[in-house]
Amino acid sequence: MPMELAFFIEVLVAGLLSGVMYSLVALGFVLIFKASGVFNFAQGAMVLFAALTFVRILEMGVNFWLAIAIALAVMIVLAIIIERVMLRPLVAQPVIILFMATIGLNYFLEGLAQGIWDSQVHGLDIGIPDVPWMSLLESTNILISLFDVWSAVICGVLVLFLAFFFQKGRIGRALRAVADDNQAAMSVGIPLQLIWAIVWATAGMVALVAGAIWGQRLGVQFSISLVALKALPVLILGGFNSIAGAIIGGLIIGASEKVAEVYLGPIIGGGIESWVAYFIAMLFLIARPQGLFGEKIIERV
Amino acid sequence: MLYRETGQFKTSYKKDMAIFPIRQDRWAVVAMLIFVVVVVPLIATEHVIAGYLIPLLIWSIAAIGLNILTGYTGQLSLGHGAFMAVGAYAAYNLASRIPELPIILVFLLAGLIAAIFGVLVGSPSLRIKGFYLAVATLAAQFFVEWVFATFSWFVGGAASMVIDTPKMAVFGYQITSTLDNYYLILGFVVVGTLFAKNLVRSEIGRAWMAIRDMDVAAEVIGIQPLYTKLSAFAVSSFYGGVAGALYAFCYVKSVDFTAFDLFVSLKVLFMIIIGGMGSILGCFLGATFIVALPIILNELMHLFSGQIPSAMLSNIEHMIFGGLIIFFLIVEPHGLARLWMTAKEKLRLWPFPH
Amino acid sequence: MSEPQADNIILGFDNVSISFGAVTALTQVSFEVPEHEVVAIIGPNGAGKTTALNVINGVYQPTQGTITYKGEVRQGMRPHEAAVQGIARTFQNVALFKGMNTVDNIMTGRNLKMKSNLFMQGLYWGPAQREEIAHRQAVEKIIDFLEIEPVRKTIVGRLPFGLQKRVELGRALAAEPDILLLDEPMAGMNLEEKEDMCRFVLDVNEELGTTIVLIEHDMSIVMDISDRVIVLEYGRKISEGKPDAVRNDQKVIDAYLGVPH
Repeated sequence: MPMELAFFIEVLVAGLLSGVMYSLVALGFVLIFKASGVFNFAQGAMVLFAALTFVRILEMGVNFWLAIAIALAVMIVLAIIIERVMLRPLVAQPVIILFMATIGLNYFLEGLAQGIWDSQVHGLDIGIPDVPWMSLLESTNILISLFDVWSAVICGVLVLFLAFFFQKGRIGRALRAVADDNQAAMSVGIPLQLIWAIVWATAGMVALVAGAIWGQRLGVQFSISLVALKALPVLILGGFNSIAGAIIGGLIIGASEKVAEVYLGPIIGGGIESWVAYFIAMLFLIARPQGLFGEKIIERV
Repeated sequence: MLYRETGQFKTSYKKDMAIFPIRQDRWAVVAMLIFVVVVVPLIATEHVIAGYLIPLLIWSIAAIGLNILTGYTGQLSLGHGAFMAVGAYAAYNLASRIPELPIILVFLLAGLIAAIFGVLVGSPSLRIKGFYLAVATLAAQFFVEWVFATFSWFVGGAASMVIDTPKMAVFGYQITSTLDNYYLILGFVVVGTLFAKNLVRSEIGRAWMAIRDMDVAAEVIGIQPLYTKLSAFAVSSFYGGVAGALYAFCYVKSVDFTAFDLFVSLKVLFMIIIGGMGSILGCFLGATFIVALPIILNELMHLFSGQIPSAMLSNIEHMIFGGLIIFFLIVEPHGLARLWMTAKEKLRLWPFPH
Repeated sequence: MSEPQADNIILGFDNVSISFGAVTALTQVSFEVPEHEVVAIIGPNGAGKTTALNVINGVYQPTQGTITYKGEVRQGMRPHEAAVQGIARTFQNVALFKGMNTVDNIMTGRNLKMKSNLFMQGLYWGPAQREEIAHRQAVEKIIDFLEIEPVRKTIVGRLPFGLQKRVELGRALAAEPDILLLDEPMAGMNLEEKEDMCRFVLDVNEELGTTIVLIEHDMSIVMDISDRVIVLEYGRKISEGKPDAVRNDQKVIDAYLGVPH
């Protein structure tokens, strides 16, 4: 295989693999958006909170799986507290108020996470080696990290599980009802509060997985809370309320972002990964305002 | 003195449509003006003016800008920091490359450049709405940060990527002392507030609010959505740009791109939410709240500063700040301005509430 | 009254159809609205009445057919252009600007008549101020006419539904339209309120000569105030004519009483 092509495939695959992670984080946003119409700005702080909790428990010498279980339990408790203390009193407010509340939550959780634990950089090893996939490298000359592959597999499985869980069955039906009209859903006996607690707990779980994987790459530290913002272009591409959009959008954004970064970045000054994904998503959005899988909105008057 | 309208008859529409139709409000405004122009410089220390009042006034201008876009026109923006950055860097480049330009003109031109940028950012707003638009403004935020972090042309070639603002003079008078800066900013605040207040009670202000409240109906009665939204973006980012320029020139004097990051955008958003969306008065109340809160927290923390390390202090400050925001939204989602209005209505009827 | 002549037709539908995906809301509807008349569109729920109004003022574009307005064929007209051309409108569920007071809501109806630019408005000086005051006077006349003086400065979101309907009519009148589309102006009102509203509609029609197209469910009102009635059912026109003729049309009776098809 010629070098350029192999390199291109490397870039593309690496992008797709990181895209799976974007899909997962985007799914965390989408579920909350579907259940409450809110864009959860605190997702980043949740990633930080989950990762810090996890790494500090590990550092106490707790068994890996037990540490995951404890961190997960903490995130679930956190979700229930958020629902009780913050969401329930704001139930009838306009979405912008709820959105602002999540920004407040973002500040609160950042302070809380670093207050309970600390603001040091913590190394994290979740047991996946960050080494090239040798057999692939030898046979095709394509260099892909095993870490990327495994994290993509973990995220991919989780994405598919969540997508299935929230599309089918009772929870899925309830979620769709709530997404359509939460007053009407409540009137037919769907427990809105429970749905909210479930989606926030799911967002907490997503945060934990993302935090653990990114934590190994970057070290668990404050800047990890910014990675959740990387899922936002996925949301404008795929639509805030589409599970399928989050999955496909994540892959598209992941791949095109990497390609643009590698091939376009050096030409126009480097460091473009902070915004290039947004631009791709925006171009798409101007052509198709309802997003990848959104329905065309017919205004009723 | 009671807050009463009794005996104040408005005999013409002109009087009824005056900017402050109630006499007591007019007095309050005049008293406030005298206070900030005459009394404050006499009683306030340099530290108070430079450290608290100057940023308070600058943030108020920025908040008026964002309130026009988000509070009056209903277009959520997470990119106000970007408009401020464009204003600051534009002012720097104008002032340092064309030193003959009068400084007030520099600030106004910087505002105009920010306005043009705002129109560009707002141009997809006809097709995309709500949180989609918010994320689009976020894109502008990151893009602007990247531009000013990457291209040294904008900082006059300085390798540090920091801009040091040049000296200023108004009609030959050198702006040097803290008080000079204070008066210069105050001038912008007074004129800017009047202008904004006039806009929101005129045709364009009604068009903005119409778009916010129900865009389909607004179009049906002949309001052009694109023009209306873009004019809101333009005016909003003009105020943002002027505020950014003042921030760089009159407050910190030396800035880099991190001075206008995402958290600045969020900070201004907090100001208008807490102060009151769709209220000019609310911009001042919100800016006061956001500027005062860390100071008050800091003072409180000082009482315990022997026991608590500074890193922990900053964490606790974050928690209290975030917690207060949530608490505030739960208790009064319409902001301080609404509390103020309610208090005034009660006062008008006091002591006969029914 | 004779059959409408071609020269005084203000609005004409010619074979207008519109569909949303697989759902057809209007099927080959044709009718004409003579100038200065009150025309009622009636029909059971879901007959396409509101859709017809939406097509007239450009909220929806017809899939097929042509609309003639003031003697010209209109195609792809946006709501804004419709407003410029003198079409004003009220809505079934009241589409007021809820965060603004009554005066400001009605003032928005005059937006097309106001010419000051943004900068002059910001200065609020000279011509801009005179313009505001002049239009305020016009708005006050409408407020007097609709008898809503006491709620002048009230935020409309806090007004009862009946009053909101009046304010909305006021906003439409403020534009001094040639043709006024009213979507169930009397829905949810008590008898007294309905009588007031009828009076307003007839006064507007008689004194200002405004052509009125209205949707209404209350048959006695329709028969009283309209010059002409158009009956829709399942997106098709099933009858048209003077109130008396329509009242006795077997197809109309069937549509309302529900005869199996």
